[in-house]
Amino acid sequence: MFSLAEPTSTWYLVLSAVLFGIGTIGVMVRRNPLIMFMCIELMLNAVNLSFVALSSQIANIDGQVVVFFVLVVAAAEVVVGLGIIVSIMRRRTTLTVDDMSGLKG
Amino acid sequence: MSAVIFAIDPLLEGDVLWTPLLIVLVKVLLVFVVGLVATMLMVWFERKVIAGMQNRVGPNKAGPWGILQTLADGIKLFFKEDLIPERSDRFMFRLAPYLALVPAFLAFAIIPLGGDFRDGKGGLVTLFGHQTRLQLADPPVGVLFALAISSIAVYGIMLAGWSSGSKYPLLGAVRASAQMVSYEAALGLSLGAVLLVSGTLSTAGIVNLQSSIGNWNIVATGFVPFVIFLIAATAELNRPPFDLVEAEQELVGGFNTEYSSIRFALFFLAEFMNTVTMSALIVTLFFGGPQPIAIGNTTLDIPFIPNAIEGTVWLLLKVLVFLYVYVWFRATLPRFRYDQLMDLGWKILIPGSLGWFMLLAAQRVGRDAGWDQMVVTLVTALVLIAGYGLLLAAQHVSRVNREKDGASF
Amino acid sequence: MELFVFVVAAAMVLIGALGVVTRSNPVHAAMSLVLTLFGIAVMFVSHNAHFLAAVQVIVYAGAIVVLFLFVIMLLGVDKAEDLSVEPITNQRPLAVIIGVGISAIVIAAIVTSRSGLGPSGKGVNETTLESPDANIRQLARVIFSDNVFAFELTSVLLLVAVIGTVVMARKTKSVGTGK
Repeated sequence: MFSLAEPTSTWYLVLSAVLFGIGTIGVMVRRNPLIMFMCIELMLNAVNLSFVALSSQIANIDGQVVVFFVLVVAAAEVVVGLGIIVSIMRRRTTLTVDDMSGLKG
Repeated sequence: MSAVIFAIDPLLEGDVLWTPLLIVLVKVLLVFVVGLVATMLMVWFERKVIAGMQNRVGPNKAGPWGILQTLADGIKLFFKEDLIPERSDRFMFRLAPYLALVPAFLAFAIIPLGGDFRDGKGGLVTLFGHQTRLQLADPPVGVLFALAISSIAVYGIMLAGWSSGSKYPLLGAVRASAQMVSYEAALGLSLGAVLLVSGTLSTAGIVNLQSSIGNWNIVATGFVPFVIFLIAATAELNRPPFDLVEAEQELVGGFNTEYSSIRFALFFLAEFMNTVTMSALIVTLFFGGPQPIAIGNTTLDIPFIPNAIEGTVWLLLKVLVFLYVYVWFRATLPRFRYDQLMDLGWKILIPGSLGWFMLLAAQRVGRDAGWDQMVVTLVTALVLIAGYGLLLAAQHVSRVNREKDGASF
Repeated sequence: MELFVFVVAAAMVLIGALGVVTRSNPVHAAMSLVLTLFGIAVMFVSHNAHFLAAVQVIVYAGAIVVLFLFVIMLLGVDKAEDLSVEPITNQRPLAVIIGVGISAIVIAAIVTSRSGLGPSGKGVNETTLESPDANIRQLARVIFSDNVFAFELTSVLLLVAVIGTVVMARKTKSVGTGK
């Protein structure tokens, strides 16, 4: 399966799975919402990588198109997420998700 | 799958043997040295010209006309004590100067530094029986590479300011990040106009299309993208009048206040290197790069020099004009206030470059569909003017509302 | 050659990812994220997705992470977080087990089902000397023909995001002074 000469797309897919796992662990372990956000970006990137790898494996450009849209949506998501964090930080001094359990600001 | 990973260059086709490898190595070395020397001379040039504009003499002791002044300063800085502030983040503090320097050199790699673009040769020259271009790399994404590099250049400044563990550098860093991200959009949109006209991303390809003054992209894109690009590039470089990042009077020294010795020299080097690179990029995109100046079919030819080297001479002359313009800006224009900076970027440059891009795109579509160019231009212009009117009305309403209920951001 | 590129890029990706999860200082975590993003961009290039690699660097490294850093510095939350306390008992071991489990399941799926996937599409253009921007041309053709509605919708999405963020981050004086 793993020949030493050329990395096949399996290698990339395995790497993307590992990256996704690391991202998941980060979201579950860290308490700083900014870093949780970064871990979500890691997971998105893992998925992007697998899309591109599969796109060249099955010789279909659509995988790259999906990644393009994921990039745009990720940008929008980060903008909204950081806006939320900024407006939460106006009322609190510490930045951990444990303090955000109440819905009322 | 690995047909072309690094660059499009006929040199790297087929088996990579020793001669091509050596040529590439020599090119890398040459680009590096040219970059360093150009930076050194740029610092001297700026000090000398600005001294002239302010009725001073400027550097005149080290070497003829003080031309070795930068070298002397560099050696002096090198032997100064290297301080790392007590409250700094040591790793980032050490890393930041390199993060500033490396993008500056990388961007230089895609500038065509010479070559013969006449008679459809496309800038190819023959070295030791191998065809190649006088440019270090021509990546498939071409100009987007320059855009990417300029967008990561902000890290050096941000991290330098943050890691110093001091107030003023931090303020400089926050200003830098907001400013550079804001102007990146205008830079990209005016670049889009050039790409629309050229139909290619490769810098060599863009140069190749600009054979005479009528074909220069500054004319082909209708002047406005050039003006926007020049302003946005000045802001990206943090040069006056957009030097809020290191405004001496407000922030002591800006992001590099806590830096001393060789680390400070690296920031200094990166800043001037970026100026040289950006001037070269402007020349490449809008003024035909190494192409000789030609009006119609008559070409201004410098006699006794082979065409390939003549390209380098032309590039040098054109770049010098822009370096002079940058020094001129610095000597003439007062610094922008921060809100003026943001207003200019978001309310004028971005809508302006977007509107011009749409106009060019509409003309392009009209030409392909065989519509009357006049009508297309008029209709698009009317739509754009209506859009701009709406924008102005929105700004007016927002200002009135802000004054009424006293919202603040 | 490609093996070398893969190994270096994979090392960048994994070191960066572990850095994001383990570094206590948010700025260090953000810089680790940049390392990962560059690693991914290199992998995109080695898959002939040149345009995506450029966009990855411009959008992710040049805008998104800069935005992160901007918020971190502006809010002054750049102090190192104390990672030695574990707020919920056994949270970390459980999280690691779940994460590793997800990875393991996905890897198992990849390894077992790989045989069924052969080239089925119309092909991905490779960059050659004759057509250096083949990838960009092909991508543009697909985005602006088959996916044009999705493309327009993303622009609406961006607009909504911008307006929403401005409304959220806007603070009125009447709230602040209690009028």
